[in-house]
Amino acid sequence: MTDIALAPPAAPAAAARPAIKAPPPERDLRLDLFRGLALWLIFLDHIPSNIVSWITIRNYGFSDATEIFVFISGYTAAFVYGRAMRERGAIVASARVLKRAWQVYVAHIFLFVIYMAEISYVSTSFENPLFNEEMGIFDFLKQPDITLIQALLLKFKPANMDVLPLYIMLLAGFAPFIWLLLRSPTVALLASAFVYALSWHFEWNLPSYPEGTWVFNPFAWQLMFGFGAWCALGGAQKLERLMRSKAALGVAAAYLIFAFAIVMTWYFPRYAHLVPRWLSDWMYPIDKTNLDVLRFAHFLALAVITVRFIPRDWPFLKSSWLRPAILCGQHSLEIFCLGVFLAFAAHFALEQVSARIAAQIAFSILGILIMIASAALMAWYKKVEGRSPGSRPPLNADLAGGEA
Amino acid sequence: MKAIAAAVTLILAVAFTGLCDAFAQNDPACGVASALVSPDFRLSHVATAITNKQLTIVVVGSGSSTLPDVKKAYPARLEEFLTGKLPGVNVKVLTQIKVREPAKEVLPQLRKLIATEKPSLVVWQTGTVEAMRGIEPDTFSGALQDGIEAAQDSRSDVILMNMQYSPRTELMISMPPYADAIRIVALQHEIILFDRLAIMRRWGELGTFDLNEVTKKMDTAFRIHGCIGLLLGDLILEAARLPASSENGLK
Repeated sequence: MTDIALAPPAAPAAAARPAIKAPPPERDLRLDLFRGLALWLIFLDHIPSNIVSWITIRNYGFSDATEIFVFISGYTAAFVYGRAMRERGAIVASARVLKRAWQVYVAHIFLFVIYMAEISYVSTSFENPLFNEEMGIFDFLKQPDITLIQALLLKFKPANMDVLPLYIMLLAGFAPFIWLLLRSPTVALLASAFVYALSWHFEWNLPSYPEGTWVFNPFAWQLMFGFGAWCALGGAQKLERLMRSKAALGVAAAYLIFAFAIVMTWYFPRYAHLVPRWLSDWMYPIDKTNLDVLRFAHFLALAVITVRFIPRDWPFLKSSWLRPAILCGQHSLEIFCLGVFLAFAAHFALEQVSARIAAQIAFSILGILIMIASAALMAWYKKVEGRSPGSRPPLNADLAGGEA
Repeated sequence: MKAIAAAVTLILAVAFTGLCDAFAQNDPACGVASALVSPDFRLSHVATAITNKQLTIVVVGSGSSTLPDVKKAYPARLEEFLTGKLPGVNVKVLTQIKVREPAKEVLPQLRKLIATEKPSLVVWQTGTVEAMRGIEPDTFSGALQDGIEAAQDSRSDVILMNMQYSPRTELMISMPPYADAIRIVALQHEIILFDRLAIMRRWGELGTFDLNEVTKKMDTAFRIHGCIGLLLGDLILEAARLPASSENGLK
């Protein structure tokens, strides 16, 4: 969410040529930092009923870490595959995008297997007449054939396993978008917004099993991904003056305060009458599935404020205090998957050991420490492998914040 | 200044004694979560019904609103509690429990029940079935709104009750989107939300009740339903007693 103002230079708007200039040699650490923080927040939010999740941004405004994650993922994807498309051609770049989508798919199925192992254990070991109704959810274990096939088709998705399928779909459809983005960024962004509008108008979404639709509608969320990509390839520069203006700052701050006030009425309903009827009728429901405009705007407001106060060359970015978050952000797919797994594990531990508040805090901290340690280990591997003979030089992707 | 302080102390003391009194007759564990129950909006039809000595409440719910022994489930406990608290008032709590039916399917039956029984209050426990089946939160919100409007049109107050907190199934059933939907609908219609999810979660966190217990026995289930009935009853009485000027919260 930070990279809007000072993105790598790209093709000027007026230039018709598709090529973009080489990025500056220095890596934009803000991308890594905020993606790392988003990964931590997603982990905390994914532990069910976790008291520590009260610190996460979703409790203080409309948007949450998902917007940050999807935006930065779009940004880095455009950076990596945009360059590939320019240097190696559309076919090679498309093949690489699809390979990445396949990797994410495999990661998702791997997580699903771990999930099945946990809940199969829970279903056979738990009994309590108080929860007779809820235990009905285990019925799907009686039909493993259907459940597994539906999971492979990305239709059956357990709670909190909705982000990776979204990411898979976004990558799967990314090649034509990046092709267009390199030729005409404005048209590409408008096309993305058009698909978003159509998805709202015609209520497009992908089906889920046993019923309902995807929790994160890819037709709507592609706008956030596409917007990130657009920013990476020159859009951020176009927005820079606007983003840095006092007016934008004022509007962003006012909107964040407004969102905060509205969210507070959710926790203190007796103040709900302070929200005028016409406003609440217009505003609700604030739709996460279809990336509500209010959520998108909230993300933009956060971005304006962040870019304003955290410049690209902010010295603190190099401090060892931020190093852990940056490390996590640099290995986002691995750390994201690890986070989902750790959230399962934390849930399991909370059940088996203790569900007290102290245990929730302890498992939350422990989980983040494991994420940091794993990221450090991966960075170490990368370094070692990078030095070993016969290995490829590190990808340019590193400049834009790790892998796409 | 002193007079104000004295008055406040007195009011607090009376309120506290009243509260303790309420819980003393029942399970002391119930009081642990009482801070999560607040009469945010006035129940005007209930107030009128109490004055007229005839209070009919309809509880509409899914599986978590009942137990194998219905006399120990919270609707029966609510009736018991209110009867004790409202001497001379004919308190009747009717239930309509539909296991595995989402709000949308409950709706026609709810309309019928409202028309025939003309309750002063509808307690609508909902959300679990939707969360288990992954029904779109939007569809759910729409059904809730229709039901609330139907009840309000026929001069009933409404309290929404969300799902129970079931820690073992949390990984399988994503409750938050549906809990949020219920919260927002309650806000929009300025009706009370009985936040059973938060109350039971608090019990779990503080160890008041062990919700992870592996058991076939009903003891904990009975106690929890007893507490729910008590907290709900207390809430109904408090919200009915609010002055008429607070019809819309703290206006």
